[in-house]
Amino acid sequence: MSVSANSARGDLKLTSVTKSYGDFTAVDDLSLTIPEGSFFALLGPSGCGKTTTLRMVAGLEEPTVGSIHLGSTDITFTKPYQRPINTVFQNYALFPHLTIFENIAFGLRRRGIKDVDESVNKVLNLVELPHLAQRKPTQLSGGQQQRIALARAIVNRPALLLLDEPLGALDLKLRRQMQIELKWIQKEVGLTFVHVTHDQEEAMTMADTIAVMNEGKIEQMGSPADLYDNPKTAFVANFLGQSNLIKGSITGNDGDSLIADLFGQKVSVPRNRSHADDASILAGIRPEKFRISLAQTPVSGNVLSGGKIEDVSYIGVSTQYQVMMPWGQELMVFEQNDDGVAPFQIGDPVNISWEPVFTFALHGDQDAEAGTEVVPEDLDEE
Amino acid sequence: MSSVKTETIVSKRPLGTSISRWFGKNLIRIYMFFAFVYLFIPVMYTFVFSFNDSGKSNITWQGFTFEKWLNPCGAPRVCEALGNSIKVGLLATIFSTILGTLIAFAIGRYAFRGRSASNLLIFLPMATPEIVLGASILSLFLVMQVNPGFWPIVIAHVVFCISFVVVTVKARIASLDPRLEQAAMDLYANEFETFRRVTLPLVAPGIAAAALLAFSLSFDDFIITNFNSGTVTTFPEFVYGAAARGIPAQANVIASAVFFVALALVVIGQVVSRKRKVS
Repeated sequence: MSVSANSARGDLKLTSVTKSYGDFTAVDDLSLTIPEGSFFALLGPSGCGKTTTLRMVAGLEEPTVGSIHLGSTDITFTKPYQRPINTVFQNYALFPHLTIFENIAFGLRRRGIKDVDESVNKVLNLVELPHLAQRKPTQLSGGQQQRIALARAIVNRPALLLLDEPLGALDLKLRRQMQIELKWIQKEVGLTFVHVTHDQEEAMTMADTIAVMNEGKIEQMGSPADLYDNPKTAFVANFLGQSNLIKGSITGNDGDSLIADLFGQKVSVPRNRSHADDASILAGIRPEKFRISLAQTPVSGNVLSGGKIEDVSYIGVSTQYQVMMPWGQELMVFEQNDDGVAPFQIGDPVNISWEPVFTFALHGDQDAEAGTEVVPEDLDEE
Repeated sequence: MSSVKTETIVSKRPLGTSISRWFGKNLIRIYMFFAFVYLFIPVMYTFVFSFNDSGKSNITWQGFTFEKWLNPCGAPRVCEALGNSIKVGLLATIFSTILGTLIAFAIGRYAFRGRSASNLLIFLPMATPEIVLGASILSLFLVMQVNPGFWPIVIAHVVFCISFVVVTVKARIASLDPRLEQAAMDLYANEFETFRRVTLPLVAPGIAAAALLAFSLSFDDFIITNFNSGTVTTFPEFVYGAAARGIPAQANVIASAVFFVALALVVIGQVVSRKRKVS
């Protein structure tokens, strides 16, 4: 039955996929290609449609419109068990009535493989839990269950491994450790991993490519460095790390740079980092790219003057400042504590400067706060 | 200095507090003791009088004997009645468990027209007074020109047992994480395999509980049985009939034996589940 679908290999391709529940559109005209062998992350806040997307790829939901291909095989409407795709579920979904060994062997046995011992033991060794083979899932810790869920999926050597918030239930320390381990296992087995998460740090640590999703659409896709250094929307700029977004307008040209006017002060923006298509922009600078200097000290690069220190938080590795600008906006500045200079004091008059190359420019008519107020708490979305 | 020290060490709790503390700690035990005494006095009475060296009537203590335990079928027709009850009970259990489990899956898992109505209707036999249910079933049989007897009893028992089976199994299905079935499908199990390998084993304890419940409900039913039994006599009917003339001590023997079998099943169940948790 559908042997062709089950042996499909290649890139995963979603074409104009839409999923609606009544009036609500969970996934909105999504097109996406995930190259074979990559570690791909779908990142977004709760309810952005990332889990729905994953479930459609797994075959647990059918798209309302659009198609899903694995290599050249159309898998849009095939059953979950006819797809060479396995999932690591958010709550692991280990079978409580079966031993760990039988949990892992489940997929192999269903495909009619008689001799499962070698494969199961091999994958148990890979996740470093061979001594737990005869236990039941409830006797395992959360971290162990997580690894068994992973083992149960990869033992089948699927064309595609889906991970649905797989580390959400683990504590912070274990999560860090598993992030590194997952990345290592992905390299080791060479499978395509598609990882769904709301945790931007997790996505950046593990994935080669991240697609940031918001309200059923992909806001931006690229490497972690790409997304962080050169975001294309205010949502991405705020959801991945923190950004200072300042309203302004493009007033001129200077070779490879654009000249922007930010409340009367001129700064330069590299042309290839501008995503605005008219004069109105939001100029973006990451807090750690800023430098603070006392008002009378001469500085080079882009400068915004007339600031005043509003708040100082010393957090060991760096000091975080809130600087009030003359136009009434508070800018955030992270200064590394590596120069032995005493921190600035509240009330100090300061200028803010940065290398022009770190500036990015976004379309001016979007909400500068988009993506900041998102509370990524509710794991059980949809 | 030293006197201050002594004072702090020997500071005593007032008498009233310590008495109320003792009660606070032990009141629940005292209450439990009396509750169990209340519950088990009738059972103890039945058990003790199964050793009564009685004649026809078993009301006053005549002396101790093992005789009735060695010959439980000694009283006329008591074992025939017991046999009927067991046969009816097993058949009613089998049919009501199968049908009730299927209904529970339908109601618990699928959205269909009339689902909430079915959900409500399934409670009706539980809520209907047995006397009404028994009489209605009898009149239905008479209209259909079916004579009361063994099979009418079985059918009548299935009617009221189904409701209890549905309720019990449905509760188990509701507590089943649908992601387990999704995981099975994700791991190459088709619909049938998913049901056989994952759904059924996980719902099985609920089905077993429902079957036990159905059997015990059927086994001790008197009212509905009495309407539909015709010439067939079940054990409760036998006891009821004998009560007029004097219940033979053999009835106590059988009742006690049933109680101990049930008790043994519960104990075994506890031990097994505890062992499973430990290993």
